[in-house]
Amino acid sequence: MGSARGGGDVSALRPEIEDFLYAEANLLDEWRLDEWFALFTDDATYEIPTAGMPDGASAAVSLFYVADDHTRLRERVVRLNDADAHAEQPRSLVRRIYGNVRIEGGGDRVIARCTFIAKRAKNRRVDDFFGHIVFDLVRAGSSWRIATKRVYLDMDLLHPGKISIIL
Amino acid sequence: MIGLSGMVRDDPAGNLFRVGRRAFTDPEVHTRERDAIFDHCWLYVGHSSEIGAKGDYVTRSVGGREIIFNRDREGKVHAFLNTCPHRGATVAREPQGNAPGFRCFYHGWSFHSDGRFASKFPEGNYGEAHYAGGCANLVQAAQLGEYRDFWFLNFDAGAPSLESYLGDTREILDLVADQGDEGMEIVSGNPNYVIHANWKLLAENSIDGYHAHLTHKTYIEYLGNVGNMRIDETFAAGLTKGIDLGNGHAMVEYPAPWGRPVARWVPSFGEDKKAMVEARAAQLIARYGEARGTRMAEWNRNMLIFPNLVVNDIMAITVRTFYPVAADEMHVSGWALGVVGEDPALRQLRLFNFLEFLGPGGFATPDDVEALESCQRGYRNQREAGWNDISKGMPREGHSRHDDEAQMRAFWREWDRRVGAVT
Repeated sequence: MGSARGGGDVSALRPEIEDFLYAEANLLDEWRLDEWFALFTDDATYEIPTAGMPDGASAAVSLFYVADDHTRLRERVVRLNDADAHAEQPRSLVRRIYGNVRIEGGGDRVIARCTFIAKRAKNRRVDDFFGHIVFDLVRAGSSWRIATKRVYLDMDLLHPGKISIIL
Repeated sequence: MIGLSGMVRDDPAGNLFRVGRRAFTDPEVHTRERDAIFDHCWLYVGHSSEIGAKGDYVTRSVGGREIIFNRDREGKVHAFLNTCPHRGATVAREPQGNAPGFRCFYHGWSFHSDGRFASKFPEGNYGEAHYAGGCANLVQAAQLGEYRDFWFLNFDAGAPSLESYLGDTREILDLVADQGDEGMEIVSGNPNYVIHANWKLLAENSIDGYHAHLTHKTYIEYLGNVGNMRIDETFAAGLTKGIDLGNGHAMVEYPAPWGRPVARWVPSFGEDKKAMVEARAAQLIARYGEARGTRMAEWNRNMLIFPNLVVNDIMAITVRTFYPVAADEMHVSGWALGVVGEDPALRQLRLFNFLEFLGPGGFATPDDVEALESCQRGYRNQREAGWNDISKGMPREGHSRHDDEAQMRAFWREWDRRVGAVT
């Protein structure tokens, strides 16, 4: 995580940060993966630790479900755009809700935390994913870019069996 | 030709091997398996490294039971049934920990780390018989055994020894255990997930070399895109094997097309790691000879130890078990095994290799899960389309190849023998 120095009133940032997060969620729900990937900085990471991992867990020493750097994240999108990514053919219907958004920092860098529930429908079955997400966001002109997105699944057993969608 | 279970048709003369789809769907078969297989086979419970210190314990489900796998205060390893002798509550409720003993939260009965009853109640609470004969101690699994830090239990006191059960798989476990000069260890982070399919579909899939190039096309393309692919002459020569290891155990063995953090470098590891990885390969050859050292460095093995332990020594090493909770649902647990004292950069590559392929969030395992669940849905048609075909490679002269199905036939013959023996 980079520095999250103050540089303004956090509450003043709330509307634009929330708008950004909801737009990010919407791109995933609509499978607009190339646009979603473009939200990330060139040195970004997207990670999902395995269940029970503490906040500071590192993918260098512990096994994660997902530990993507920018290259692996690009390849994840390439794969999911391919009709041979069988787990997502036909594609799942996905809808997620972000809530309890809390923002720290200010100026050009903020940490945004939220809880989430994601529903995935496929093959007439509904899977639930739930947990919390920590975003490290950096200002890029009039908008923001994602430097890290770390998704903590608050599930001790992964009932959906696989994380074939992007959370 | 039709085995005792009535669900396996083995016709060597006709080069046909068929498995009835009822084996994957029938609740009656599920019940018979609980007895014929999980009550009598040796079942993997854990690795020594998970309970390294005195007092360490982990709790997990094994063969439909709730188990405490621990190292007591004297250093002895146990597998207890996690249930209070009083009314049955589980006495250890955390996934892992270190404790001098266990105390049931319900009424407070306590136990030493070796399972002995530790509570002393006021006179009048209980008679002498309560304290006599160990009837208030935690119950242990009937047998517990270890091979190269892999611990197995057996709920059948009369079952043949672990050594004889493992048989030829020991040589393959040696090829894993010998990769670390100071031993091997389970890395933290333990995926536990549900697959809505019969457990035997994953037993087959774990040693199935036939599906890889199609089911995992996007993974293989990914390896190519990032430089984690190096195909040499050995691979091209088609010297791959499917091997029946006896007792229902089986494996496929083939030269690695990808990097192996133990000792096979590929460009995606980075030029700065090349010398270190190649030196490691040279060490293995110096220590174990050209043939065995090369086998450890360059070759992949996907092994199934009957009924449900997978040790896949591929782009990383996965240890995986899976248990049926119903005919059409299994719970899977996976662990990454690494070299003790491994270079941090190689450890990281190992973990990345694991999660890219073997994890439920990777580029390959989700497609396996999809395939297994797709099969399970297809079996709804079993009244009209009742049999799986497992015949590939039967007419082939010489040894079976990794993309033949001899290794699955080995599994099914043992399954048939055990399930068919139940009256």
